[in-house]
Amino acid sequence: MQEHVQLDQKQINQELLSGVLKTPRWWLPAVIGLTIVFLTGLSAFGYMLNKGVGVTGLNRPVFWGFFMVNFVFWIGISHAGIMISAILRLTQAEWRRPITRAAEVLTVFSLMGALMAAPLVHVGRPWRADLWVFPYDFARGIWINIRSPFIWDPSAVMTYLTASTLFVMVALLPDLAIVRDRSTGLRRTIYSFLCLGWRGSPRQWKLQAVAGILLSALVLPVFVSVHSIVSWDFAAQIGPEGWHSTIFAPYFIIGAIHSGVSAVATIMVVMVWLWGWKKYLTPDHMDAIGRLLIVVAVTWFFFFFLEWVFALYTLEKAETAMRDLQVFQWPWNGLFLLFLITAFFFPVPMWMFRNVRRSFFWMFVTTISVNVGMWLERFLIIIPGLMRRSPMVFDWGSYRPSIIEIAMVVMTFAWVMLGMLLFSRFFPLIPLFDIKEGMVGRVLIKIGRRTVPASIRE
Amino acid sequence: MAQRSVLGLFTDVDAAADAMDAVAAAGFGQGEYEVLTGTPYPEGTFGEEEPVHKLYRFPLVGAACGFIVGVLLTAGTQLAFPLVTGGKPLLSIPPMAIIIYEGTMLGAILFTVFGIIFESRLPRLFMGAYDTRITEGYIGVAISADEERMESAEDVLRGAGADEVKRSWESE
Repeated sequence: MQEHVQLDQKQINQELLSGVLKTPRWWLPAVIGLTIVFLTGLSAFGYMLNKGVGVTGLNRPVFWGFFMVNFVFWIGISHAGIMISAILRLTQAEWRRPITRAAEVLTVFSLMGALMAAPLVHVGRPWRADLWVFPYDFARGIWINIRSPFIWDPSAVMTYLTASTLFVMVALLPDLAIVRDRSTGLRRTIYSFLCLGWRGSPRQWKLQAVAGILLSALVLPVFVSVHSIVSWDFAAQIGPEGWHSTIFAPYFIIGAIHSGVSAVATIMVVMVWLWGWKKYLTPDHMDAIGRLLIVVAVTWFFFFFLEWVFALYTLEKAETAMRDLQVFQWPWNGLFLLFLITAFFFPVPMWMFRNVRRSFFWMFVTTISVNVGMWLERFLIIIPGLMRRSPMVFDWGSYRPSIIEIAMVVMTFAWVMLGMLLFSRFFPLIPLFDIKEGMVGRVLIKIGRRTVPASIRE
Repeated sequence: MAQRSVLGLFTDVDAAADAMDAVAAAGFGQGEYEVLTGTPYPEGTFGEEEPVHKLYRFPLVGAACGFIVGVLLTAGTQLAFPLVTGGKPLLSIPPMAIIIYEGTMLGAILFTVFGIIFESRLPRLFMGAYDTRITEGYIGVAISADEERMESAEDVLRGAGADEVKRSWESE
């Protein structure tokens, strides 16, 4: 981290609250556009409720389609916040400072997107989703079956959503006080209420620091459990043999980190392009996250390779039938090739180059590519997995998503982007107090003929 | 005697630290004054005492509560209507452990957040002596004491080189 601009607190407030205290020109058109897309998806959902799930492309034997692919995808993206925020906080990595808030907020909205994709639209009858928690019949004491992964799943996702939302709220308190101090009238009253009367005493700062560490340590095990349980939705099923893999939990987690950290890098670039925060998010930050991505991507690829080794070593018919679909049958083979290129063989070699890692444009292109690939990865696990030909199964159908499903998938993307934009209008997307703390703890030291910034840490 | 507070504003860290010493030397007790900043400084920068808290107890209590609720929910619901499915045991430990684990973690996190707010002495309904410039780099030294000692408090802060001294009863 050699690029450093020393800024005073007033300047940090002005620059990082630019989107909160004033409305950027592009903000309203962007929000209107995304709202229209979101409402279109919502209308498609209403149509499906009215007509039934027959309007989707789901049919025997492919009962899981775009909705479940999207669910797993958004759960994966949600791991961004905790990977970046909690781990980098615990290791006291200096470059975390401008990234943590955006990553945590991305977690919250992508988890909501995941909940929208699965319990809301996938079940077909969302008004019955309450039966996942409440008994079917109170009077006779008929409760939910806790042996089902579909009960573990909502309990893990809801725990994660609650934890990550509280994590964001606690870390927001000092910044809300900054906004309160720069506001007047009703706005000031609202922010005074939201920041709970924060003053900035040593006790409050101490608790804020301990909270960051403690909540990170508590949220991390939840983060691991969430995607493990999502993988058990597949691995613990009686159904597709290709899903009965013992490595699914770590494979899903590392896949989630791969797509999640890539999404954070994308958001970082978007933040620089939209708000012009070049002083805060520098090529050094992109370089750091690029290096991290290489490690994550290679680890993910190792698990992907292992999954294939385990699948081919046994040569079980049902398993090879699924692999045959993925690799030799059109259009799955085309998608499989696209998945390999976009998720690994294009971005990873690119990240080997320092100029690519330090380029906002190329980091944007490569990280978007990763998420295209990771969406396809989930698609290729689910659809060929259900389509495979196995004994005693006489429904050998394919899957073609309907326009209704496509609209609802696009709705979740619009929702996450809309959520991020709405958040950025009312709350700072870069933690101001964290940036200021970084400035306080920085001194310039002379090493030989160079003067470089060094961080003082307790 | 009514409690009142005054605030001295400083631009320099060393001056604020000297002011804290001067306030202590003037006979004000540890609980009567504090430093207010817009950013976390390393502990002890202003010579203040290290805040004592019991936050670490909260997640333990929360985890215990969550664990108990998890056990009751998983065991109780299955025993309420003992329906054996697929020849599996009624109380199966692996799936129970998953729900109990999530319950334990949820309890720990909820209690931790409650603990953070409680130990930070929030919510605070009355701000007392405060200035909005604190969040743009000024350092505030606030003294809260009996009304009759306010004059002496203001003198100490002015004597320590405060850029400005504010009275809470005039700004509220």
